[in-house]
Amino acid sequence: MAYSFPEEVLEYVFAFLSSDKDRNAVSLVCKSWYEIERWCRRRIFIGNCYAVSPQIVIRRFPEVRAVKIKGKPHFADFNLVPEGWGAYLYPWISAMARSYPWLEEIKLKRMVVTDESLELISKSFKNFKVLVLSSCEGFTTDGLASIAANCRNLRELDLRESEVEDLSGHWLSHFPDNFTSLVSLNMSCLGSEVSFSALERLVSRCPNLKTLRLNRAVPVEKLPSLLRRAPQLVEFGTGAYSAEIQTDIFSNLVEAFSGCKHLKSLSGFWDVVPAYLPAMYNVCSRITSLNLSYATVQSPDLVELISQCPNLKCLWVLDYIEDAGLKALSSYCKDLQELRVFPSDPYGAEPNVSLTEQGLVTVSAGCPKLQSVLYFCRQMSNAALIAIARNRPNFIRFRLCIIEPQAPDYLTLEPLDTGFGAIVENCKELRRLSLSGLLTDRVFEYIGTHAKKLEMLSIAFAGDSDLGLHHVLSGCESLRKLEIRDCPFGHKALLANAAKLETMRSLWMSSCSVSYGACKLLGQKMPRLNVEVIDERGSPNSRPETCPVEKLYVYRTVAGPRVDKPDFVWTMDEDAALRLS
Amino acid sequence: MSPPLLGVEGGGRGNAPLMSSSASVDCISQSGSGLKERNYLGLSDCSSVGSSAVSNVSGENKNNLNLNATELRLGLPGSRSPERDSDFNLLTSGKLDEKQLFPLLPSMDGICSLSQKSIVSGNKRGFSDTVDGFSEIKNSVFTDGKWMFNANGSDSGTPQSVVEAKLAGNAGINVMLSNNSSGTQPSMKKEVPTRAPQEGHNKLNGSNNNSSAPAAKAQVVGWPPIRSFRKNTLATTSKNNDEVDGKPGPGALFVKVSMDGAPYLRKVDLRTYSTYQELSSALEKMFMCFTIRQCGSQEAPGREMLGENKFKDLLHGSDYVLTFEDKDGDWMLVGDVPWEMFIESCKRLKIMKGSDAIGLAPRAMEKSKNQS
Repeated sequence: MAYSFPEEVLEYVFAFLSSDKDRNAVSLVCKSWYEIERWCRRRIFIGNCYAVSPQIVIRRFPEVRAVKIKGKPHFADFNLVPEGWGAYLYPWISAMARSYPWLEEIKLKRMVVTDESLELISKSFKNFKVLVLSSCEGFTTDGLASIAANCRNLRELDLRESEVEDLSGHWLSHFPDNFTSLVSLNMSCLGSEVSFSALERLVSRCPNLKTLRLNRAVPVEKLPSLLRRAPQLVEFGTGAYSAEIQTDIFSNLVEAFSGCKHLKSLSGFWDVVPAYLPAMYNVCSRITSLNLSYATVQSPDLVELISQCPNLKCLWVLDYIEDAGLKALSSYCKDLQELRVFPSDPYGAEPNVSLTEQGLVTVSAGCPKLQSVLYFCRQMSNAALIAIARNRPNFIRFRLCIIEPQAPDYLTLEPLDTGFGAIVENCKELRRLSLSGLLTDRVFEYIGTHAKKLEMLSIAFAGDSDLGLHHVLSGCESLRKLEIRDCPFGHKALLANAAKLETMRSLWMSSCSVSYGACKLLGQKMPRLNVEVIDERGSPNSRPETCPVEKLYVYRTVAGPRVDKPDFVWTMDEDAALRLS
Repeated sequence: MSPPLLGVEGGGRGNAPLMSSSASVDCISQSGSGLKERNYLGLSDCSSVGSSAVSNVSGENKNNLNLNATELRLGLPGSRSPERDSDFNLLTSGKLDEKQLFPLLPSMDGICSLSQKSIVSGNKRGFSDTVDGFSEIKNSVFTDGKWMFNANGSDSGTPQSVVEAKLAGNAGINVMLSNNSSGTQPSMKKEVPTRAPQEGHNKLNGSNNNSSAPAAKAQVVGWPPIRSFRKNTLATTSKNNDEVDGKPGPGALFVKVSMDGAPYLRKVDLRTYSTYQELSSALEKMFMCFTIRQCGSQEAPGREMLGENKFKDLLHGSDYVLTFEDKDGDWMLVGDVPWEMFIESCKRLKIMKGSDAIGLAPRAMEKSKNQS
């Protein structure tokens, strides 16, 4: 006789499971657990908005409170996905407006959000609390005004790096006078000036405000006023950090910063005048996260600042920091976990700063907790990569961008295969890897052999043949996302590893050599994949089947071919897939 | 019910049956090409059990593939086509002549910077040119031996053979597709359509398209991989700091292009053009499909021909004009001010109906007079 805990008990237990993986595992145990779990799942993560449909989600999970949805492929960040490709939010909102009246959180990445969607959000969800739009586009400040005006319980409005059509700064003034629930506001991507007095009043009346990231238009002399009204701030992003040097501005800043005893994270710093940096020294000892990636300040000033931050865990900076600055970083900041170094002059033919592979070697040697790196540089060597790998076997994310495509080891002129090979061999926990430089099929052999925990791999201008791709597809057991551009990969490895694609979230291949015929075949034989050909030259039917497609995006889906394709996207073997879905 | 999967009929020997627990086998043989469908376990298992199943299957399923015969010949000139013709089999023992499959590339001396540049310039073009670029590269790689290869002598042989056995064993689709190999190889280049992609954001300035990219940095779309927000910020910052003297412009300048009646807008990189004519042709090609629809014609092979003429008529006639919004938010006709001034101030473009654009032209002239 079967006996089990009463449903209520199981439900109570399941409530402690927050990870999707755990909940998914629970729902596979038996039918009754599936049923219980689905009724009590409150948070949904949809890694690819086309992998599932709103209807399917709603049907299975009727009581959702928080959704996180990702849309366009990652390479859309670099303009490789043409405008109009898709990832529209509206169908999700209109479905959820009907079925999830108690929805509280919407977090989106790379989706097309319209003002209409924003307005619908603001009016449909009475308890709406959190809106995070990361790298989204398609909306204007009018949409923000709807959110501000109607979401009475809003806690978070975070527009990170979204492309917003900035009609005016007036949207901020739409927050009602009795609105006090704001905890986090990130408007750093906006251009227009908001009404400063409205901002001041907003900050004053929201006692729980912990995160405030201003936009460039807020001048430095206005910062003290805001900081004084929000001494409880934990995360603060300045506006343009420049003004004529005036002692009273400086001293006001010093005083205002001193009042913020809880500040842990600083960002902003556009147009920095170095003389104003010391105003922050009082808070630096508590700072764990510093984003100076817009600060065009020279190395000595950067070092001065960083030397005051012994507890720094995360640093984003421009390559003005140079090797010398990174050396200083490695000696002052022993807690460093994440480092991102961006190029100040990526399109210049010659290096403008003295930042080389040495900086990364030094940091990897000196910072024992370093686990996540994004590094743009102009030269690299196998020796350096090997040293880095040996220094830091605890890397989780390693993204290296050598600016010149296919740049070899600058010392030996060899490919960088062995260097990256050392990375994957030593860093057994590596989850994300981005390659660059001159690379042959060999590096992929190393990756396929060693990178067993790798989940995301980005490849550009690398490899010699399909063998390279085959190594990756057949060897990387944990691979979820693979994005490839300008590599000589055809269809052989793709077809030979077609089954692998169903175990992954998505595959992107652009400017490779996958023929149209092969895409059609893949689409035919794998009905649970959407094989999308993106080609702006017109229908691939007008060219021979052997002609390679411009771009290929393959992803698993239970929703069948999508219905919102623009005219430069074709789903392979749509009819067969439709029959199945 | 697992869908029937394709196996490959190897030439000659070694059609070892697949895993015994496979379900129904559908065999479809096609005349001449020896195509057979086989159901080999792995596909359905793989998807439910996860990626570990894939390697399981590959371990157990040492299929015999005649990779050679499976090819859709891509017809990249200079690629390994001669070797492909040789008949071979991959046996479970892994004995195979890897030289036939994947001939070692000649290991060469120092990287030839020319090949690097041609690679870069090959990639900066629209896709058809990219393909051409690859062909050029492959040519130089295979025939001129300029490719840099990590020469490890005897070592390089072994891993390849092991891997090829793996390639053989993986669950996947191996199909012999009918190919007109001899026909398609050389013709592929030519058959790339004349309507090659000229969209702004896929192509650099046409006059710059040569392999000897000099000091002016050849720009590849989306490389280095920096987000637009950061790029635009850098651009503005460097302008402010007067660092741009004499150097080429700081990266791409993407602006949105909308058209009345079009369902979605496009983006173009203004820096890839140097004249209004280039911009205009690119936009024509990009928005041709919309005007065709509006003209009511069907999608047809000859539509490019029809389209260009029609669009030009439309554009140069009274139907459509190209306008832009400048930094002050005013809409003006494109073409009145010098090109450099235009790209400095253009925030976005719009293809308007002529009737909507009446009255714009004079303002543009006046405005530039006032400003200069």
